Amino acid sequence: MVTNSTSLTHNGIKDWLIQRVSAVILAAYIVLLLCLMVAHPNIDYATWSALFQPLWMKCFTLLAMLSLIAHAWVGVWTVLTDYLHCAYARAVLMIVFILAFLFYLAWIIEILWG
Amino acid sequence: MSQGPRNIGIGSLIHYRFPLPAIVSILHRISGILLFIFIPFLLFILSRSLHSQQGFMQLKACLNSVWGKSVCWIFLAAFIYHFIAGIKHLLLDIGLFETQRSARVASIIVLCVAVILIVLTGVWLIW
Repeated sequence: MVTNSTSLTHNGIKDWLIQRVSAVILAAYIVLLLCLMVAHPNIDYATWSALFQPLWMKCFTLLAMLSLIAHAWVGVWTVLTDYLHCAYARAVLMIVFILAFLFYLAWIIEILWG
Repeated sequence: MSQGPRNIGIGSLIHYRFPLPAIVSILHRISGILLFIFIPFLLFILSRSLHSQQGFMQLKACLNSVWGKSVCWIFLAAFIYHFIAGIKHLLLDIGLFETQRSARVASIIVLCVAVILIVLTGVWLIW
C-alpha cells in the first residue's frame, strides 16, 4: 500500500473536503474584505488599522490564513503529483512549500498580534 | 490491447483540439499556481500597511503607480478567474454540469463572467 507522506491528511476524501470547506471560508472572508473596501473608498491608515483591531477580525483573518494554507497545500500537492514524477524531487519540493506555509502562518500571527 | 499510458511529449499538445471545459480547467489550475506565488507578497502588503502610517502611504503610492496597478490587475484577474471557475468546480461536486452539453454551457458562462469582471476591474484600476 502506498502512503503519501507530504499530502495534508493522507486521505483523498479528507483532502477533497478540506479544500472545499476552506474555499468557502476564504470566499466569505474575501466578501467581507470587499464590503469593507466598498464602505471605505480612499481609506486612510487610521481607519485601515482600526479595521484589524477587533478580536473577531483578527480571528477571522487567522482562520482565513489557515484556510488558505490548507487550500493551497492540497492544490500544490495535486499539481506536483500530476507533473513531477520523480518521488524524491516531488517530496523535496513539497517539503519546501510546507516550510513556506509554516512561515506564512508565523508571519500572519506576527502581523495581527505582534 | 491497451498498452497503458504513453508519454507523448508536451509539444504534441498543440495538435489536439481541447473541449472548452478542459480549457476552463487548466486555466483554473494556472490561476491557482499564480495565486500561490502571490501569497508572500500579499502578506508583505498587509504587514506594511498595518505596521506604520509611513508604510501605508508608501504602499499606497506604489500600488497607485502604473507598475503597481498592472501587477494588481494581474493578481485580481487570476483571483477572479480562479474564484468563478472554483464556483463551477463546487457545482460540479454537487453533480451539476456532468453532461457534455451542460458542461460546455457552464464553461462558456464561466469564461464570459470572468472576462467581464476582469475587464471591469481593469477599468476600475485605470479610473
